[in-house]
Amino acid sequence: MTEEEKTPIVEIKDVSKSYRRGSYTVPVLRDITFDIEGGEFLALMGPSGSGKTTLLNLIAGIDRVDNGTIRVGGIDITTLSEMELAQWRATHVGFIFQFYNLIPVLTAVENVELPLHLTGLSKRERREHALMALGLVNLDHRVGHYPSQLSGGEQQRVAIARAIITDPTILVADEPTGDLDRVSAEEVLGLMERLNDEMGKTIIMVTHDPRAANRAHQLKHLEKGFLNNAHPQNPV
Amino acid sequence: MLILKILFKNAFRNKLRTGLTLLGITIAILAFGLLRTVISAWYSGVEASSATRLITRNSVSIIFPLPLSYRDRIRQVNGVKRVSYGTWFGGVYIDEKNFFPNFAVDPETFLDLYPEFILAPEQREAFLKDRKGFVAGRKLIERYGWKVGDIVALKGLIFFGDWDFVLRGVYRGREKSTDETQFFFHWTYLNETLKKRMAYHPWVDQVGYYIVDVTRPDVGAQVAAGIDGLFKNSLAETLTETEKAFQQGFVAMSGAIITVIQIVSLVVIFIILAVVANTMAMTTRERIGEYAVLKTLGFGRRYIGGLIFGESLVITMLGCALGIVATFPAAQVFRNALGMYFPNFNVEPKTLYLDGVAACIVAIGAAIIPTTRAVQIRIADGLRRIG
Repeated sequence: MTEEEKTPIVEIKDVSKSYRRGSYTVPVLRDITFDIEGGEFLALMGPSGSGKTTLLNLIAGIDRVDNGTIRVGGIDITTLSEMELAQWRATHVGFIFQFYNLIPVLTAVENVELPLHLTGLSKRERREHALMALGLVNLDHRVGHYPSQLSGGEQQRVAIARAIITDPTILVADEPTGDLDRVSAEEVLGLMERLNDEMGKTIIMVTHDPRAANRAHQLKHLEKGFLNNAHPQNPV
Repeated sequence: MLILKILFKNAFRNKLRTGLTLLGITIAILAFGLLRTVISAWYSGVEASSATRLITRNSVSIIFPLPLSYRDRIRQVNGVKRVSYGTWFGGVYIDEKNFFPNFAVDPETFLDLYPEFILAPEQREAFLKDRKGFVAGRKLIERYGWKVGDIVALKGLIFFGDWDFVLRGVYRGREKSTDETQFFFHWTYLNETLKKRMAYHPWVDQVGYYIVDVTRPDVGAQVAAGIDGLFKNSLAETLTETEKAFQQGFVAMSGAIITVIQIVSLVVIFIILAVVANTMAMTTRERIGEYAVLKTLGFGRRYIGGLIFGESLVITMLGCALGIVATFPAAQVFRNALGMYFPNFNVEPKTLYLDGVAACIVAIGAAIIPTTRAVQIRIADGLRRIG
């Protein structure tokens, strides 16, 4: 990695988040502070309910902090309005979900094209970009297939193509291999590694799977809402 | 556009549910259209009435006669151009099931005052010459298969006995709204027969109403007041009103029925609103995860709202179109079955506009709550619904 890449692309400072469950307030994240450098491949691990998905949602701008600040690419996303946040997500964040979350009524290429509808690209340009992204994930032969006609691994690769189509600042992945068999999981992880190594994409991944975490360069462990960098059972 | 593709594909994703909803909307629009057509048919006589014709009747009730001698005095009122007269005969053909409007009229003046009844000149001439002759509307002669020259017997329910007439002409309506199911014969035939049968019959030399043609529509009120003033404190005081008001008086007699029909037509729309709202609530709940994904990708409330409103509009408008298409054959069946009560049972453009407006209200009303829920749900909560 170059020195330039090592500047923090995500800066998380004193972030706290809690949820209300009826009359109770359940703290989920407490005073989380850390930075993620550009080009990093970070895995967030922890038991269920430790707050790792919540932290990922906060970094990706799909949830709001109670306290603290999160800066991504120099922008304090905690100060953005709902509309500004939506626009910011459209251009700065690529999402990879556990259950792929493709739109079932759209073909693979249309799903990949979807985020480009919020850009000023022409129809032809959108299609060219989408086909290129599908080529990167080795799915050129499946462009016209609907999600229901694809395997789990293929669907996740379409989701990755959709995530990278806008060339986002960060890629966030929530249990990307959680619904895949071992072979497909390896394919997807290999693809993510390539995106990180060859294209310099910053990836933040939540996972329960130690094998997936092993592919990351850095691991952060969350437990009961606290960050524990030097966890004794760190599998890395 | 991809968003439109999502919208249209979503609308038909659950084929059974969409099909049943479409069926419901189609039937509702059909029912609404037919009910509105019944109301229009009820008012068709009012719509077809002329602005320059006044009707003078006995002020007590239409069932009481007026002396024929009033005719000449009415003629002298300022603003009166022509006067004709007639009597409701109330006869039936063969039995009471075969009911249609039949009137004894003064043929010449009557045909002059009603240019909307179009009659061939030779048939008009034959009708004027034959005291036992009658003319009937095109739909009426088609219903009974009468031909010019046929002898037709009516059974009198007010003027008892059998009355024979000879068909001398068939009129057709100048306007679509002109009633083509009526039967007109010579008042003199009625009067002379009554005289023969019973010299002191209360309707001898009496008429049911006068039709007064005024020079200009704006003198109508003045002429009406003049006519009624002439016969004030007489044995048979008159009430003169425009033909429209006269017809409305008849319609008002069945005002309660019309109100009920109007209420039922609105209830139909509310029921279908509930059905479509239920469908939209179910589809939105099922797709809340997809909407959350779209929001995650940066699509704002406008897109999500557009998808849900659009889906509701597509389903409702398709149902509306099918309902409108079905209304015409259904109206034809209705017209065949009940043509004697509703001679002008025509689906009017106004009814189709109302169908469209009702469908728009249903589509928008049904999508409001699902859209509100979909746009307000937190993305993280929406994504949790997947898997």
